[in-house]
Amino acid sequence: MDISTGIGKLKLKNPTLLASGILGVSRASLKNAIANGAGGCVIKSISLEERPGHNAPNIIAFEGGLMNAVGYSNPGVEEAKKEFIDLKSLGAPIVASIIGKDTDEFAEMAAKLLPGEFSAVEAVLSCPHTPGYGTMAGQNTPENTESITKAIRKKTDLPLFIKISPDSQPIGEVAKAAEAGGADAIVAVNTMGPGMAIDIETGEPILDFKIGGVSGPALHPIAVRCIYDIRKSCRLPIIGVGGVTFGKDAVEMMMAGASAVEIGSGIYYREISIFKKVCEEIKDFLKGKNFSSLQDIIGLTHKIEK
Amino acid sequence: MERPLGTIEKPKVLPISKIIVENERVKTFFFNIEWETRPGQFAILWIPRVNEKPFCISHNENGEIGFTICHVGDFTHKLFDLKVGDPVGIRGPYGSWFKTENDYKTILLAGGGYGVAPLYNLAKSLEKKDIQIHFCNGARTNKQLLYIKQLKQANVSLHISTDDGSQGQKGTVIDTAIKCLEEDKIDCAYFCGPELMEKKLVELCIKKNIPSQVSIERYMKCGFGICGQCCLDDSGDRMCQEGPVISGIKAMQHSEFGKYHRNKSGVKQYYENNQTKKL
Repeated sequence: MDISTGIGKLKLKNPTLLASGILGVSRASLKNAIANGAGGCVIKSISLEERPGHNAPNIIAFEGGLMNAVGYSNPGVEEAKKEFIDLKSLGAPIVASIIGKDTDEFAEMAAKLLPGEFSAVEAVLSCPHTPGYGTMAGQNTPENTESITKAIRKKTDLPLFIKISPDSQPIGEVAKAAEAGGADAIVAVNTMGPGMAIDIETGEPILDFKIGGVSGPALHPIAVRCIYDIRKSCRLPIIGVGGVTFGKDAVEMMMAGASAVEIGSGIYYREISIFKKVCEEIKDFLKGKNFSSLQDIIGLTHKIEK
Repeated sequence: MERPLGTIEKPKVLPISKIIVENERVKTFFFNIEWETRPGQFAILWIPRVNEKPFCISHNENGEIGFTICHVGDFTHKLFDLKVGDPVGIRGPYGSWFKTENDYKTILLAGGGYGVAPLYNLAKSLEKKDIQIHFCNGARTNKQLLYIKQLKQANVSLHISTDDGSQGQKGTVIDTAIKCLEEDKIDCAYFCGPELMEKKLVELCIKKNIPSQVSIERYMKCGFGICGQCCLDDSGDRMCQEGPVISGIKAMQHSEFGKYHRNKSGVKQYYENNQTKKL
């Protein structure tokens, strides 16, 4: 059964992408995810300069999912250009993920990292646990979302995705701002919170940064609602992300309006082969309900409301 | 490894139950914890407000897990200040392990510096089996040799080397290991130490058609297979899940083995060619 989909110009063999921040440190990891069924990959976010990130503990698992404060560790744009080479031969589109401290830095990142190898770019305005970036720097307001999107748009012709925070409310306004700035799609959503976990034996926060972004099953219903709201307020394609663990989670996001999904924390529960598993589960669902393609379910919840 | 929804993975804070001073820069820290572990596996230790780091498990006896740790950086500096009863977070066990087959009659264990820790654990786990063990134990100088007393009492053929000749044969563990590989019929060889040493010995084993296993240490942030920091080029295998112990043949299929590793930022760090001299 055909489960191909598209995000504007970007065509995908299947609707599952590796989410940014999970595994995507090296080209080898992307290759591994694609061999395990990923329809595409988003690399771990790259900044202008090398960043070691926060001290560990960086990631914990709690009852509802994962919580992380990695702090954007990455080798910086020059090293990243050496790492992410020959991407076209990987057999699935690779999406760059860029971060910046301000509008100018996002523009500089786009100019430096994007030419040549990547199929699209995801700009992240929504990390909840890194000072100077994302929500901690106010990049998630509609005004800043629009100005950052515009600045990147001027530097690249690649499909431009804006990754937004579930904590930016009303989220439809942020999506509209990205649309006004020239984005091609919305990635909804980043981790939520931040949250906090305390070791009750010692009273110490467990994450070294004390607070961290919450992902996994606990985020899923919030992500579904965000996608639903965004679809109501703007026409851009949506890539759903947040707690996709089973095929049913991806289907739910698509009914809310997503054209594809990203998977990150799900790898913790179902291994790297989660991409294959989710795709099979989506196919089984479509067959069981006599749907002929993903087009039958994308935005279904909105269609039946009318 | 698949995990059920709701899985919790956080450090469990326990008091240090015992500390053994092994030598001038190495101590073994023990915790009372009932774990099923295998030689070569590791755990992650947390000192609140300092950091969290992976260490291989060197002891697991009578409900006590031990880690033989070398004083090398900021984290171990803090750890070495701790006393019995002080709290440390611990999570694990993680990773693959050294595997032995029933038909192995003679095996070789070669460890450089504190790389002997998991091999000591392996030797102890085989104590009751009818298997001959050559144990090559090397360090820069006699003061840095580990477990010599215990290994002398154990049922192993011990081959000691020091760079300065202060104890055992003058030279490195590569020299003593090569001698064993040349002189005895080895069914499988196990290596842990500086990567250039591991690579040199694996190359020799492949040439002689002797199976080998190596432990590959990589920077890691989660330990449970998702951060991507410890993945090898070009397979993407995670050294916290598919590793740290992999076969020598598999190690040689990786372009980065014996060549470079990635640091906390993900920048490649190339091994110096004289690394083997730093045992």
